[in-house]
Amino acid sequence: MGRYIAKRLLLMIPVLLGISLLVFTMLELSPGDPAQIILGMKATPEALDNLREQMGLNDPFWIRYLRYIGNVLRGDFGTSWRTSLSVIDEIIHRIPVTLRVALGAMFLTVLIGIPIGILSAVKQYSLTDNLALGGALLFSSMPAFWFGTLLVLLFALKLSWLPATGSDSIKSYILPWVTLAASNAATLVRMTRSSMLEVIRADYIKMARAKGASERQVILRHALRNALLPIITIVGMNFAGLMGGTVVIEQVFTLTGLGTLAINSVRVLDVPMVMGEVLFIAALTSLINLLVDVLYVYIDPRLKSQYVKIRKAKG
Amino acid sequence: MIGLVMLAVLVLLAVFAPLFISYKDEVIKQNIRMRLQPPSWEHPFGTDQYGRDVLKRIIWGARISLSCSLVVISVATLLGALFGSISAYFGGKIDQVIMRIMDIFYALPFNLMAICVVASLGNSIVNLGIACIVGVVPGFTRIFRSAILPIRGQEYIEAARACNTSHFRIITKHILPNALGPIIVQATLNLAVTIIAIAGLSYIGLGVESPMPEWGTMLSDGREYMRSYPYLVIFPGLAIMVAAMSLNLIGDGLRDALDPKLKN
Repeated sequence: MGRYIAKRLLLMIPVLLGISLLVFTMLELSPGDPAQIILGMKATPEALDNLREQMGLNDPFWIRYLRYIGNVLRGDFGTSWRTSLSVIDEIIHRIPVTLRVALGAMFLTVLIGIPIGILSAVKQYSLTDNLALGGALLFSSMPAFWFGTLLVLLFALKLSWLPATGSDSIKSYILPWVTLAASNAATLVRMTRSSMLEVIRADYIKMARAKGASERQVILRHALRNALLPIITIVGMNFAGLMGGTVVIEQVFTLTGLGTLAINSVRVLDVPMVMGEVLFIAALTSLINLLVDVLYVYIDPRLKSQYVKIRKAKG
Repeated sequence: MIGLVMLAVLVLLAVFAPLFISYKDEVIKQNIRMRLQPPSWEHPFGTDQYGRDVLKRIIWGARISLSCSLVVISVATLLGALFGSISAYFGGKIDQVIMRIMDIFYALPFNLMAICVVASLGNSIVNLGIACIVGVVPGFTRIFRSAILPIRGQEYIEAARACNTSHFRIITKHILPNALGPIIVQATLNLAVTIIAIAGLSYIGLGVESPMPEWGTMLSDGREYMRSYPYLVIFPGLAIMVAAMSLNLIGDGLRDALDPKLKN
C-alpha cells in the first residue's frame, strides 16, 4: 500500500507541472499589462517600464516560467501583485472559510443523501421512492446560485432569520451549506439508490436474511457496506469540488474564500496569486482522490487481496 | 415524455422568437417609464429596472442558452470522440500521452479552469463557450475511451483489419457507431450541466454581459432589486431549471432505453 501511495504522489508531479504550464500560458495570453493594472491608467511610461523590469516581465516567457517553477520548488510562491502580501499567507488566510463551507455542506450532503438513497432503494417504486427521485431530479436541475439567491430572499431579506452575507458566525454558513448540500445530495441520493439496488438482491443478502439477521442489520451491515464504493467516490469528488470550485456560491453569499480570491486575482492578472491558488487546489484535488482510493481498501478488503495478488504475480 | 414536451416548447419558442418579438425594440431597448412593473396581463413576468419585458427577455434568452450549450456539447462530443477513439484504438504510448494531458485538465475544478480561459481570451459569449468546451472535453474523452475499449478487441474489428480497412474507416464506420449509446446519454445529461454552467459563469460576470438577455446575467442584474421585486430573480432561475430538468428527464429516459443495465 505504501508503494502505491508513493507512486500516486510521484504521478502528481507531472500533472502539477502540466497545470502550471497551462495556466501560466493562459495568463500570458491574457490581454492587459500587469504593470498598468498595478500602477493604474495615469502611470507614466517610465514608471511602467521600471515596474516591468523590476517584475521581470521583459524576460522571455520560458525564462519567467522556469524561474517561477524554480522558486516554487524552493517553497517560494512569491508575493501577490495586487496586495503585495505573500501568496501562501493569502491562501492560508482564505482556507478556513472555504473549509468551513465545504465540511458543513459535505456533512449535510451525507446526512441527507445516504439515508434517503437507502430508503429509496429499500422501498423501490413506492411513494417514498418516487418522492426521493423527484426531489433529486428537481435539485439536480436547479442552479445552486439560484437556489441560494431564493434562500437569501426568503430567510435573510423577508424573514430576517439568517444573515445574507458574511462569514463571522455559524449562522452565516447555514444558507451556503443548505444551498450546496441540496444539489450535492441530489446526486448522492441517485448514486446511493442505484448502488444499493445492485447489491440488495445479491445471494449474500438473501443468506443474511435466511440466517435471521434483522432488516436493519441486513441493510446497514451487509448491503450498505458492499454498496459504499461508488458512494465514497461521489462524496470524495463532491468534497474536492467544494474545496476548489465554490466560486459562484461564494459570490452569492459574499464569502471571502478561495473562490473569491481566485476570481479577484484573475480579474487583475495577479499571476503569482492565480498560479499559487491553482497549484494548491490541483494538489488538494489529487490528494483527496488519493485518499478516496486508499479508503476503498479499508472499506472493501477484497481490493486489498487483489492488490497483494497483483504484486505477487509481478514479483 | 414530459421532458421532451418541455424541451420542444422551449426550442419552438427560441426558434420562432424573432417572428413575434423584436430584439431591438422589445428585448434590449430601455423604457424607463415602464421600469419595475409587477407581473400583469400586459407583462406576465413584469418588467426589469430598465422597463424591459422580463418574459420576452427570457424567451429570447432561450435562444442564447440553448444554442450556446448545443454548440458546446456538439464540439465537445466531436473532440471527445476524436481523442477518446484514438486513445482507445491505438492504446500504448498514444493512449498514455492523451490521457495524461486529459488528467491535467481534469485536475482543475471546472469553474477555476473556465475563469482562467475567459481571462486569457477575454469576456464574450464565444470565449465562454470555449471555456465550457475545455471543461467538458476531458470527461467526454474518458467516456468515449471506456466505451470503445471493450469494442476494439471484438471479432468484427479484427475482420475489418484483416480486410485491410484503414484505421480511420474502422474507427468511424465500425467502432464509433457501436459506442454511441453511453455517449448520447452523456451528451444529453451534459447539455443540462452546460446550461447551468453558462448561466453560473454569466452570473459572476464572465462571458455574456448586459443588455444581452442571458438567463444568468438577468438573474445577476435582478439581485439588486430582489427585496422589492423578487420576480426579477425568480423567473430567470425558473427558466434555467425548466431547461435543465427537461434535458435531465430526456437523458434519464435515453439511458433507460439505450443502456438497460443501468436501469434500476
